[in-house]
Amino acid sequence: MASTANAFCLNTGNNAWMLTSAVIVLMMTVPALAFFYGGMVRTRSVLNMLMMNYIAAGIVGFVWLLWGYSMAFGTETTGINQFFGNPFQFFGLNGLNETAIDGSAGSFSPLAASGVPAFTAVAFQVTFAVITVALITGAIADRMKFGSWIAFTVLWATIVYFPLAHMVWGGGLLGVGGFVSRHLSTPIDFAGGTVVHIDAGAAGLALALLLGKRKGWPKEPMRPHNLPYVMLGAALLWVGWFGFNAGSEGAADGVASRAWLNTFLATCVAMIGWLATEKIRDGHATSLGAASGIVAGLVAITPAASSMDTWGSIVVGLAAGVLCAIAIGIKYRFGFDDALDVVGVHLVGGLTGTILIGFLATNNQGAWFPAGAKKGLLYGGGGTQLVTQILAAAFAVVFSFVLTYVIGRIIKAVAGLRIPEAVEVGGIDLAVHGESAYDTIGARISSEVE
Amino acid sequence: MTKLVTAIIQPHRLDDVKSALEGAGVHGLTVSEASGYGRQRGHTEVYRGAEYTVDLVPKVRIDVLVTDEDAPSIVDVVIQAAQTGKIGDGKVWVTPVDDVARVRTGERGAGAL
Repeated sequence: MASTANAFCLNTGNNAWMLTSAVIVLMMTVPALAFFYGGMVRTRSVLNMLMMNYIAAGIVGFVWLLWGYSMAFGTETTGINQFFGNPFQFFGLNGLNETAIDGSAGSFSPLAASGVPAFTAVAFQVTFAVITVALITGAIADRMKFGSWIAFTVLWATIVYFPLAHMVWGGGLLGVGGFVSRHLSTPIDFAGGTVVHIDAGAAGLALALLLGKRKGWPKEPMRPHNLPYVMLGAALLWVGWFGFNAGSEGAADGVASRAWLNTFLATCVAMIGWLATEKIRDGHATSLGAASGIVAGLVAITPAASSMDTWGSIVVGLAAGVLCAIAIGIKYRFGFDDALDVVGVHLVGGLTGTILIGFLATNNQGAWFPAGAKKGLLYGGGGTQLVTQILAAAFAVVFSFVLTYVIGRIIKAVAGLRIPEAVEVGGIDLAVHGESAYDTIGARISSEVE
Repeated sequence: MTKLVTAIIQPHRLDDVKSALEGAGVHGLTVSEASGYGRQRGHTEVYRGAEYTVDLVPKVRIDVLVTDEDAPSIVDVVIQAAQTGKIGDGKVWVTPVDDVARVRTGERGAGAL
């Protein structure tokens, strides 16, 4: 939402909502996603899972303030570059001035039109960068070198996330007025179907392939060690996601309210869809299924949150719940160890929502889509938007998968990706962090080392 | 002279067994968490479509030291309190004990019980 307004006029209501959204979206990574994933791993690697999430927040937060924001929302350097903004334009937030939004250099806020200061936009968007990187940890549980993960977070955020955020939200290739918008129609990605979920899902797949299977998978049982953690994490994600989706409107207006409702509705239906699929297939409606269904629904409605009416949200939620519940089985068929189903939930859920927009996008019932986008096929808009959505989704899959694979290969060659086998068998928590999560009888501390 | 009665029971029967033993005059016992299987052969659990067989199921193990003559009746007490009639109720067995000592006083044999 770039603005060319002449004078910046602070809107305290909008700013308050955006600051609040930024806080609850941060909650989605720490603690929500960390514990959602942490409960699903085994006792011996829960600390490493939590740590990979917490350090992703630490590293990406810091990188975002240095050059991330500038790459995502800065100005492109040349006419043919529609991929990323100039990393040095707002390096260290240098030159950002929230009080003089007049389109001149150094005064750019993507939320200026809502009267929201640039610094709030920086704060809101950093929480998105953090969670997108953190989502990948689910694919690499139990086995990645901690230092290599840290290096990966810096490289991946810089080479994959910041450019894709620019392309979709910063006025680049896939955004309003970008190449696709001029030649076809504007891709609809309200809160991050391509930028966050397809992106992270494809990256998780690439990294899981590079890392290889966990020792013993799939023969050895790897039962989630704490399902209440998983349930708690999923519930906190659900709550935080209202900041993610309704906050993505950039203002406390009616579209934010519509996005809030769509987010809630799709999630309710997705949980029911997942549980029904499980009940029919496996005989039980499980707590892990409920938690997973919640996340699948949230993922799928993310790109579509603003542009659905009530019926559209229900279709998106139901499709996500059922399709993701089915998709989590594909890793066994293809033999890649995406440990906690980043592909099955985030890639499949992200694709589901992004592509269904092509059928269901509307501006009925208070829904909204950006300039240059069209109504979906079922709402009389023809097939153009569907083609656009498929193209945008395919672009995100290929862009993220290929670049992630390259980044992974480079780190593998320089430092290695995987911990030694002996360490993995004994548990990554003890070997990498020198701690164990639980005070069990077998691991009682006997004395302090002098 | 002394016998060790060991019982493996369903965890949810512990409270009943404990009070039944108290009622039968047992002054002390040791309880530990155990896992295992008998004819019951565990159960299956499904996580995101992946089915696991859990054949070592949680049980409670009770160890109690009694005199020779009390042993048969204590076994009966345990059976009565622990029985549900369903598969997986557990086992009780008796083993002879060579010697017993109370750590605090150094008493030996029956006096240490």
